[in-house]
Formats: sequence, C-alpha cells, structure tokens
Amino acid sequence: MNDDHAAVQAAMAAAAQATGGMLYPELAAQSDESVVKEGRRLDHAEGTSHPIRPPSEPQPRGARVRGNRRVSQSEAANRFIAATQHEKMHDERLWDLRQKRDRVMHRIPEWEELRSLASAIKEHTLTHLDEYLDQFEANARSNGIHVHWARDGAEHNRIVHNILRDRGATSLIKSKSMLTEECGFRDYMASVGVKVIETDLGERIQQLDNEDPSHVVVPAVHKLRTDVAQVFAKTLGTDPGNSDVHYLAEAQREATRPLILKADAGMTGANFVVAETGTFVVCTNEGNADLSANVPQLHIASIGIEKIIPRLEHLAVFVRLLSRSALGSPMTQYTSHFRGPRAGGEMHVVLVDNGRSKRLGMEEFWTSLKCIRCGACMNTCPVYRRSGGLSYGATYSGPIGLIIDPTFNRHKYSALPFSSTLNGSCTNVCPVKINIHEQIAAWRKVMAENHELPLMKKSAMKAAGILLAHPTLYRAAIASADVALNVLPRFAIYNRLNAWGRHREVPHAPHQTFHSWYRKNRGTQ
Amino acid sequence: MHKEKAVRVGLFVPCYVDAFHPDVGIATLELLERFGIEVDYPFNQTCCGQPMTNSGCHAESAATEALLVKNFQDYDYVVAPSGSCVHHVRFNLDAIAQTDAVRKVRQSTFELVEFLHDVLKVEAFPWAEFPHRVAYHNNCNALRGLGHASMSERRVEAFSKPLDLLRKVRGIELVQLARPDECCGFGGTFSVFEEGVSSKMGHDKVRDQSQSGAEYVVSADSSCMMHQQGCAERAGMPMKYIHIAQVLNGASA
Repeated sequence: MNDDHAAVQAAMAAAAQATGGMLYPELAAQSDESVVKEGRRLDHAEGTSHPIRPPSEPQPRGARVRGNRRVSQSEAANRFIAATQHEKMHDERLWDLRQKRDRVMHRIPEWEELRSLASAIKEHTLTHLDEYLDQFEANARSNGIHVHWARDGAEHNRIVHNILRDRGATSLIKSKSMLTEECGFRDYMASVGVKVIETDLGERIQQLDNEDPSHVVVPAVHKLRTDVAQVFAKTLGTDPGNSDVHYLAEAQREATRPLILKADAGMTGANFVVAETGTFVVCTNEGNADLSANVPQLHIASIGIEKIIPRLEHLAVFVRLLSRSALGSPMTQYTSHFRGPRAGGEMHVVLVDNGRSKRLGMEEFWTSLKCIRCGACMNTCPVYRRSGGLSYGATYSGPIGLIIDPTFNRHKYSALPFSSTLNGSCTNVCPVKINIHEQIAAWRKVMAENHELPLMKKSAMKAAGILLAHPTLYRAAIASADVALNVLPRFAIYNRLNAWGRHREVPHAPHQTFHSWYRKNRGTQ
Repeated sequence: MHKEKAVRVGLFVPCYVDAFHPDVGIATLELLERFGIEVDYPFNQTCCGQPMTNSGCHAESAATEALLVKNFQDYDYVVAPSGSCVHHVRFNLDAIAQTDAVRKVRQSTFELVEFLHDVLKVEAFPWAEFPHRVAYHNNCNALRGLGHASMSERRVEAFSKPLDLLRKVRGIELVQLARPDECCGFGGTFSVFEEGVSSKMGHDKVRDQSQSGAEYVVSADSSCMMHQQGCAERAGMPMKYIHIAQVLNGASA
C-alpha cells in the first residue's frame, strides 16, 4: 500500500463519515417519510396510524374570563407566545394573508377610491339608518320574507326559538355568523333543546372543541392541524395520530353531511342587506351558507342592523373590497343573493340591534359600525398575530374588537384598548376607512376618565405628569444619568423595571444628559 | 429658507433623548447649525406629554403640554429628533385649550427628517460618509402619522423622505427587511405594561434586521431603537443602532 492509496482511503472514510455512512448519498432513496421503529420499517397501515412528526405542543387556551372581572389580554397572550409552534404558525399564516391582500390591492388602480366610496356609502347609510331599514322591511315583506326586530341578543334568541318551536323544528344547521356569537345563540339553543350544527368547517371545529371563534373570517386559525386531529378524535372518532388535512376534512364531511341533509331548519347571517330590493347577500368560500339556506324548507337569517346598504349598485363596491381585504382573493367563492322563500318554503329575517343604536350615538365611536367584518385589521395587527384571537376574551378580537367590545361591557373590557401599540396599520388596511387606532386611543381616555385604569398605572401617570410639568423637579430627578436610568423608565413603569429587563437589556447610561452637555459646552444662553 | 429674516428654530430634545441618547441631541444641533441656522435650546423643556396621553391620562398630561407650548411659542420652527414626539405635538396636543399659541406650536413643530427634507430641502451632506450596510427602521408614528414614507398598507406611489436623505450619504448601502414597516413593539408604555407581546415583537424585528445582513440599524426615533437594541443585545446579535441625525451629521460609526 503506497501513501497515495492510504490517502485516498482516508479521504473516502472521512467522506463516508461526513455523509452519514454513504459515499454517494445522492443515490440513496428519497425519504418517503416512512416510520421506522426498532430498526424495522412499518407497513402502511401501521405507519399511517403513528404520527410522523414529533408530538405537537398542546394548544394554548384563551383569556381567563370570570364573570364581570376585567379580562387580561396580555396574560393570555403571554401563554400563546410561550406555545412557540402555535405562535409562529399563527403569525406567519396571518402575515401571509396580509401579503396576499397587498398583492391583489396593487392590481386595482382605484383601490383607494373604492375605500373612500365604501366609507362614504356606509356613513351615509348609518346616518339615515331608520329610513333604509324601513325601506328594506317593506320591500322584504313584499318579497314574501317575514321580518322580525330584536332589541338585543336575548330577544333574538327568543324570536328564533319561537319560529322553530311553532314549526316543531329541533335541529338547525347554520353558517358562520359573528352576530349569533354576540347573542350567545348556541348556548341558548342547547338550553331549549335545539340541536345546532355549524356548517363552516372552521366554525364546526370550534363548536366541537367548545371554543369561541378566534377570528371573524378564519375562526380556527389559532389551531395547528394536530390540534384539530385531537378535537376530531374526541368528537368524531378519528385517529388522533393522523393530522392529514384531507383525512380530517373528509371525516368531518362524512360525519356532518347526514346532519345537514336531515336538519329541520337552516340559519345564515348576511354580509349585506339591500334596502331598495329587500334582499340580502351572503358571502362564503365553502358554499355552506347555501346548504344552510337551501336544504331545509325553513331559512332564518340573523342580521345586524348596520349591514344595510341603500342600493344594489353599492354592493359592487363592497364585494370588490371584501374578499381582497380578507384573504387576498378577488371574490368569495360564493356570493349568494336571497330575495324570498322558495315555493313551499319559509324565509325569516331577524334584524338585531344589540347595542348598535347606542353605539351609533357615540360621537367618537359610531364609525366602528361601518365594519364589514373582513378581518384585515386582525391579519395586519402585530399584537393580534402574536396573541391569538381568544386572548381577547370577547366576541370580537384584534383591533376592531378593541373598539367594539367595550361598548358591550366597559369594565370587563377596560384593559383591551391597551393591547395595541397604536401603530396605525389597522386603520390603513381597513376597506371602509375606520380610524381604528384613533378610536383605540380615544377608548383609553374613556377608561381613564371612568376610573377603569389599574390604580398603579393611574398614580404612576399622575406622578409623571407632575414631574414633567416642573422643570426644576424634573432636572433634579434626572440630574445624573445613573439616576435618570432609575427615574425615567419609572415614570412609565413605576417600580417594574424588571418588566423592561425580562426579555431585553436595559439602556446604557450615558455619562451626561443632553441638557448638562449643552450647559457645559454652549453656556447658559 | 431665505436670507431676509433670520429664522428662529427651537430645539426640542425629548426626555428619552435627553437622558439616554444625548449624542442624538448634539448631532441634531450641530447638523442644523451646519446649514447656518440659529438654534435655541430652551432650558426649561421636559417632555411633550405623550406618556400620559398614551395611557389615556389626558388630564395628567395638560400641565406638561402647557409647559411645552410656553417654552416653544416664540419660535418660527420647533425641531425634534423624534417622529413619535412630533406626532404627539402635531396631532394629539389636545389636553389643553387650543389657544393661538398652542395652534402655532402644533403647526410649526417638525421632526428632523421632515425639516431637512421639506423645509430646508437639503441637497447634500458633503461631510457625511457611512460605509456600512444599513437597515432603516420606520417608526410607526413617523411612517403612518407624519407621512415620512409610503406605507405597504396603501396603494400609493412609493416614496421615503428618510431614505432620500440617507442616499445622499457617501458609501451607505441600504438593505431591505422582510417586513419593512411592521411595528417593533415599543409602543411607549406598551413596552412595559404589555411586556410579553412587546418583547416578542422586538425579538422578531431584530431577527429580521439580522437576517437582512445589516450592520447598522438607523431610525429617526431613539425610543424604538432603545427597545430594539435591548432585544438584540439579549439575543446576542451584533447589529448597532444609530440615529439618522448622527449619520447625516457625519458620524463615522
């Protein structure tokens, strides 16, 4: 054996080690994600019954809601952030929707004009709400629709229950509706013995998991598919280790479709209500609203009174904005117009106020009624993306939730307006130009004026206000930078300097303030 | 700026800059003086009132806002190296009665980049050289509030006043972030009251900066950078943070 040969052998051995024992790794079989156990490759049946990925972290749950007590969004957000797989998926998924929205926006040259039009139409309608609601009611009745009026969620639930009871209906299929969430509809129906089946896939997942929707458009977006596998395993009897999306979707379809086909009644919400035609429009991507509306003979639509628009031609403005803002798609897969019952069928509309009239009278907050529930403000919100929608502990989450939820219960949701950096992204993605971040700031003022701030915060701000209004006191307080380091963050954070330093280094203290530099170098004016 | 009448500029050095970033105040002063401007620094200045208003405590902010107006009402322009504080003065100085003096201060207060770009219309910074890879951080109040640059949310012609200025600096190489106008999570009092989300946003921001290959992060706001620097140091990332006033004034590193 000469030296060359030894050198070649050594090189080959080194290469083999570096490539995991194979000299030509490119010739190895591509991974088929097969599952190997105790050196034996499992056969197909065994393999698919075992998770191919390492077990996922448990799903973080939402805010702790206890009666009327103040909900702490940040407490729940911290738990969501600690669940790193969930937080990362959630942030990236929603940021992806935001980017898709940006891309389709750039394909519409008149985008900003559309936003202005949409905002103007909504403001006009809201300031003539009584007229347009009367017009809708008259036209809907002449189309053969039964029109009901509900002052609040409880009245809505009773009206729907009466309709069902009078017709002996005990099962109801429904499409997704944030209004019915406001009304606590499913709980009420369960209490009176009516079986409710959600037909939107995400909403169905949430119903089966006994959890509220975390987003107005994608209600289960906070769940990993492994979470869904757990829910379906418990409720539908699927394989808990199989989180294949097609498998799960098919299993749900198989389980739910028979319930849909034999349901006594169907319920939808509405995205838009047209006064001049007495009709309403439902936008979905799964076609599930059409099942809910058309399979049973009885169709009930629950509609918030702010959904109205004057004329059919106005619909074009909103339909162009809605799905582009929500998901970055040009239109929802289904845009269904309902104008009256089918032959032999019955159609009811329940127009619900539930706090909307009161909100309309709030000078700083009434324009929140322009909202078309696209969820764009949630997708763009950096706080929402890192917190999950359930951290808000309220029907509406994200930026729009911060300004709507306190109208339902000021004390309970008094901390929510502080779950924002006021960065203004929400206001600028909003397709109907709601000044969301300005309303968030305005709610903070309302909370402070109504003694809803925690005492520590209030007294810290009072102390800061005094210090900063008195130059001599202020200068004495920050005379040296070392002292400034203690005092300055403190005017914002009282004695919680550790709140800064938990995940960050504290700022370096310079040897002098600008003020003392100026005195030393530029004299005394 | 014309020669007929000497323009009086009052320098507003916000509290954070005064205490933690005196070099930013010095660079702002020197930079303005390079353009022949007489700059006054009123000694009795403290703060704009934003920390209190930001927390909803408008009543507690009133005396501070009144003091700001008292200090600066006699100047033609008030210039501050902070988009956030200028945003407060221009749009949210509402805790006090809107007298002529208050309105005057609100209208004449400019953030440094705006003042250089829109008022002085500066063509060149011959003294400035910064041969480094730089990621620019848009403070949200400056970006969406003051209109420093076009934002990704809107369908508008792309522009950026701070980048216009930085491109006049010799040797500078600007790098792009994956999420250029995502908030960094500072948010004033948000940074401590909502510490968990704030820090998470900060750490995501500095990871984006690190992956962009930036050696330096430059911004018109020291407060955001104080938060980001704290995150970067904790994460052991090597980026350095420097205010745009220092770069434009000829800081070498």
